[in-house]
Formats: sequence, C-alpha cells, structure tokens
Amino acid sequence: MTHLVHPVSKGICSQYDADRLESEQRRTFLRNSALFTGAALTASAFSAAPASAAKLAVSQSNKEMGREIEPEAYGMPSKFESHVKRRRTDVLKNKQHWSDWSMTPIHQQPGIVTPNGLFYERHHAGTPDINPDEHALVIHGMVKQPLKFSMNDLMRYRAVSNFNFMECSGNTLTDWQQAKATTVQQSHGLLSCAQWTGVPVSTLLDEAGLDPAAKWVLFEGADGSAHARSVPIEKCMTDTVLAYAMNGEMLRPENGYPLRAFMPGWEGNVCVKWLRRIKVSDKPWHLRSETARYTDPMPDGKWRQFSMIMECKSVITRPSGGMMLQGPGTYEIEGFAWSGNGSVKAVDVTTDGGVTWHQADLEGPVLDRCLTRFRHTWEWKGGPAKIASRAVDSTNYVQPTVADIAKQRFTSGFVQHHNGIFPWSVSENGEVKNAIA
Amino acid sequence: MQSLKRTATAALALCASLSVAGGALAGNYGTPVTEADVAAWDIDISTPTGEGLPEGQGTVAEGAKIFAEKCVACHGENAAGGDMYGSMVGGIGSMTEPKRKLTPGSMYPYASILFDYMRRTMPMTEPQSLTNNEVYALSAYIYSLNGLVPAEATVSAETLKAIKMPNRDGFMVDDRPDVVSTRCMNNCPPLEPILKK
Ligand code: HEC
Repeated sequence: MTHLVHPVSKGICSQYDADRLESEQRRTFLRNSALFTGAALTASAFSAAPASAAKLAVSQSNKEMGREIEPEAYGMPSKFESHVKRRRTDVLKNKQHWSDWSMTPIHQQPGIVTPNGLFYERHHAGTPDINPDEHALVIHGMVKQPLKFSMNDLMRYRAVSNFNFMECSGNTLTDWQQAKATTVQQSHGLLSCAQWTGVPVSTLLDEAGLDPAAKWVLFEGADGSAHARSVPIEKCMTDTVLAYAMNGEMLRPENGYPLRAFMPGWEGNVCVKWLRRIKVSDKPWHLRSETARYTDPMPDGKWRQFSMIMECKSVITRPSGGMMLQGPGTYEIEGFAWSGNGSVKAVDVTTDGGVTWHQADLEGPVLDRCLTRFRHTWEWKGGPAKIASRAVDSTNYVQPTVADIAKQRFTSGFVQHHNGIFPWSVSENGEVKNAIA
Repeated sequence: MQSLKRTATAALALCASLSVAGGALAGNYGTPVTEADVAAWDIDISTPTGEGLPEGQGTVAEGAKIFAEKCVACHGENAAGGDMYGSMVGGIGSMTEPKRKLTPGSMYPYASILFDYMRRTMPMTEPQSLTNNEVYALSAYIYSLNGLVPAEATVSAETLKAIKMPNRDGFMVDDRPDVVSTRCMNNCPPLEPILKK
C-alpha cells in the first residue's frame, strides 16, 4: 500500500506520514511503516513481492473501466486516505465538546494550503448552521450612519483574495515544560492555511462613516457564545477582511459560514466566525475573551493583554513524533515556517540538538503571513539525534528557544503564544519523539 | 446559496462594464438602520466603565435559586466545579503562586465582565435566555461565593461598577517582541528544556 505524500520528495514511497497512535493496531501499523529512500530501499512490511527484481504485473486498474462520472457530486478524497483527519486533542481533554478544538494533521499536508475539511476548529458553543438568506451584518456605534448588510449585499463589493495562515493562540500550549503531545498534529495542529476571499472591512466602515474619535472595533458572532473581541481600528483599516469564502468555495459551517472576520497574522480567536455585528468605539471592551482568556501570564502575577500577533515560528513535520525511521540513510527533513509579522526569510535546521545549524531550502511560494515549506536533506548515520527547525522572518526576528521565552514570561499553566523552537528526538532504532523537555 | 451565486455573477458583470482605470466604482450597498433597530443585538458592555449595563437588579438568594435550576448540572454545587467545567470560586491571591487559579473572582479585572459574559453565553444549553434581572442575580451569587459582595447583597449596574476587583491592575499591554534571539550557526549552546533535569 502506497501513500505518496509529496511529489518532490525523492523516493519516499511508504506510509511515512503516520498519524496518532490511537490503537494497538495503529501502533503496529506505525512500527511497520517505514521511510525509505532510493538509496536504502528494503522490503516494506506491506510489499507483497520481494524487493529484488520482481517482474511487474499489469495492475487490475489497467484492465477495467473505472467509476463513471456521476451527474453531480462533491468529490471526496481517496478511500485510502481516510486516516487523514482533523482530530480533537486527547492531550488536554475538555469536559465537553462545544467549547473545544480539533487539530489539523499538518504532517499530512503536502502543500501550503489546508483542505477545508481539515482546517482546524475552535468554537465556544459548537457550530451553528446559519442560512445565508437570513443572515445580516450590522455596523453601528461611533459611525455617521449605522448600516445593515445582507449576504447578497456583501457579495456585491469588490473582493480581495489572499493566502494566509491562521493559528490559534493556544497552539502548542500543552508543551512548554513537559513533553505532552505525541504527534505534531497534537503539538502544532491548531494551525492551517487558506486562500481567504471577502470584502475589506475598511470598505464598509468607510461607507458607514467613522467618527474621527473611533479607536476600537468590536467583532461579534451569531453563534451560541456570541463570541466577541475588541480590535484596534488600525488593523481594521489596513488588512482585515470579512471573508465569505476559503480555498475557492464558501466557508464551511465550522469555519464561520456564511461570514467571518479574517485578520492576517493575528490569532484565530479575533477572526470572529459567524460574524453578525461590528460596533465602533473609542476604547476596548475588556471582555472575558480578552482578560480571563487569551492573555499571557507574565512574571509577578501579571497578564499580557491584546497580544494578537502570532510571532515567527516553525516546526519539522517529517519526521515528527510518532514516526519511525527505517535504518540509517538519507532523509528529507521538511516542515512549515510562518510569521504574523511578515514573510519567512530563512529556516535553519539542526540535527545535533542545536549545536550546529544548516540553512534549509525554502519551497515557493514564499508569501506574506503565509505557511512556507522548508526542506533539508539529512544523512542519518543511525545514532541518537535531536532535530529542530528555527525560522527567521522578514523583520529579522529569530524564532526563540523555549528557555529564552521562559526568561521573559511565565510558562506554567494554560499558556498561550508558544512560538518556541520544537525539537524531536530520534532514538537509535529510529523512533521519533517529542523532545521539548 | 443559489441567490448568492446569482448576485456574484451579476456583480462580476457589473464590475466588468463599469470599472474605470484605477479601480471599480465604489458602490454603497448597506441599508441604513437606527440604533433602536439594533437594540436586541446590542448586548455588549464596555466593562471598565459599565457602559451598556441595563436597568435591573438581583439578589444573592435569587441567584442561588436560578443557579440550582439552570447551572448546577455543569458547574457543580456552589459553583465549585461540575461535569462540564471546573471551579468558578477562589483563586484570589494565587496570581503570584506557581499555579494560578482562574475564576471570575480572581481573574476578571472589571466586575461587569461577568454580566456581559453570562448574558451572551450562559446557560450553555440555552444562551441569551436569561432576563437582565436573572443575570444580575447570578452575578450577585457568583461574586458572593468569591467573597466580593456580602451574602445579603442586591446587585445592579451601580453595584457592579463599584466593585473593585482584586485583579484590577493585573494587566499590561502587549510589548512584544520581548524575546530577542541570535541566529547562531556553529558551536551554539545546545537546546535546553525550560526545567532542567
Ligand atoms: C451545558 C453545561 C453548562 C451549563 C448548563 C452552564 N454552563 Fe456556564 N460554562 C460551561 C462551560 C463549558 C464553560 C466554559 C466555556 C468557555 O470557556 O468557552 C462555562 C463558563 C461559564 C462562566 C465563565 C467562568 C470563568 O471562569 O470565567 C460562567 C460565569 C458561567 N459559565 C456561568 C454559568 C451560569 C450562571 C449558568 C446558568 C445560568 C451556566 N453557566 C450554565 C458550561 C455550562
């Protein structure tokens, strides 16, 4: 059984992108799964034929008609890819699943775009099913003329489309002081990337006529939590988009259908879904979602507030936790880098625990505030190793180590904004494990 | 979405025919409304000032009764933690301890945050079903459990504005980037965990 994960990965042709260790069967599967390189090709646990010069038989699919085209359908992934799923965390288990989250299998994402069905979720009262014909957006508060827009109204404005990542402020929060996550889906899966299409909110604020004293804007959702956040007016007037589409189709219900805010480079929490109300003021609201939650503990009992930018970060996705290297040989290390402050300028990779770093190759396109792929070829000699990546962004900010972050911030408890360098250990027998602690 | 699709096509045609050098003609498609029209949606409270708090009031005793009916299943007796959520009581003074305990009493810098949040979100099974008086009563109950109002208190907009919350001065604004790292390539210090073994 072959799961070719990336077209340019050379010679990797087995089920390498193993996901969670969710059952004994799964674990066996993982152990048997292997990473092969062209140079070190050996028999896979799944190859029926011996690896030596076997004669290739004409496959059954060559000898029959395939499925016919249905009159209409929404296409689905191959049944052989059914293990690629977004998953609720089982590292930090919530007591209920309405205010909860699910994580993207980023180790199984070959390009920079996250398919809509795998985009991570974070809701505070579950997913509503909103009829767009009944949905309305209101802008009011410190404006000359309060306005109401139907979805049809919004579709009439000149739209913009941009590729941008979105990351939850809580991504990686289980793994500051202890290695809790097994896979990179668990440690870094509150991260996705899409092409967002919608109307710049500045167009609508201009139409309503901002009061010159306007400084903050409330975005509020039409879901059961009426989730709301205060956003500075500058962010609204520069690049905030009211998105109705992602990746070429209307938003999925769990991603805010029919309308959501999208703020490039900022934490997902401010990108309010199911958006129904925008209120303009001269000051922030200090709601629970921006005081008791989504704030960062600091030394001396303090909390950092309104820390919305997601700073530069990267992680190796292959090989990553739960995977297995099948013997010494040449391996392609790959992963994602991103920055809420600009584009990725460089990524460095270490395979000796941080003593020596090698500049990795960036795979285009390299876009502003967008997931960027990196690759580095590694000759694994077979002993224990510790691998990690470190990104530098266009502002020359260098992704820090967790130890450096801990010198400035408090890191025990429910701590947001973890952009620390994330090491994986490789054991002598090729097992890859979380090595943050 | 059939209707959306039609409009999109129409809008495209419009752009193609009307666009001029330097961009499309900006259309104004919003419908004017009044603040009175929006009143039922206008539920936010500017929590530092209490601006937006409605008329009404409620007592600790009334709050305890509503809590027993509508909240206890998830939040537990005396809001000490239940099937769906942890404790909402205590934690005052824990901010400088190794484990900070976050509750409305210990964490909220302004008392009106509790009103705003419960009115928009709780009970989770039936949000926006509470009357303003009920939300005041529940605020009274939860703050009395946290020792911030007396057991016989009646809570209204004025009372909420007057409560000085313990974590009032606990917040600082974002001052990042706070961590400055160098891009060492050779002979660098090895990666270390936060807690060294
Ligand atoms: C179905 C379960 C459920 C019911 C019923 C429920 N809650 Fe909640 N409540 C929750 C959950 C879950 C959260 C956390 C939500 C989040 O953080 O997104 C919560 C959070 C809260 C908070 C915030 C606590 C904090 O520390 O900031 C308050 C206050 C609250 N609820 C009050 C109430 C009141 C009052 C009622 C009854 C009118 C109620 N809840 C009914 C599940 C419930």
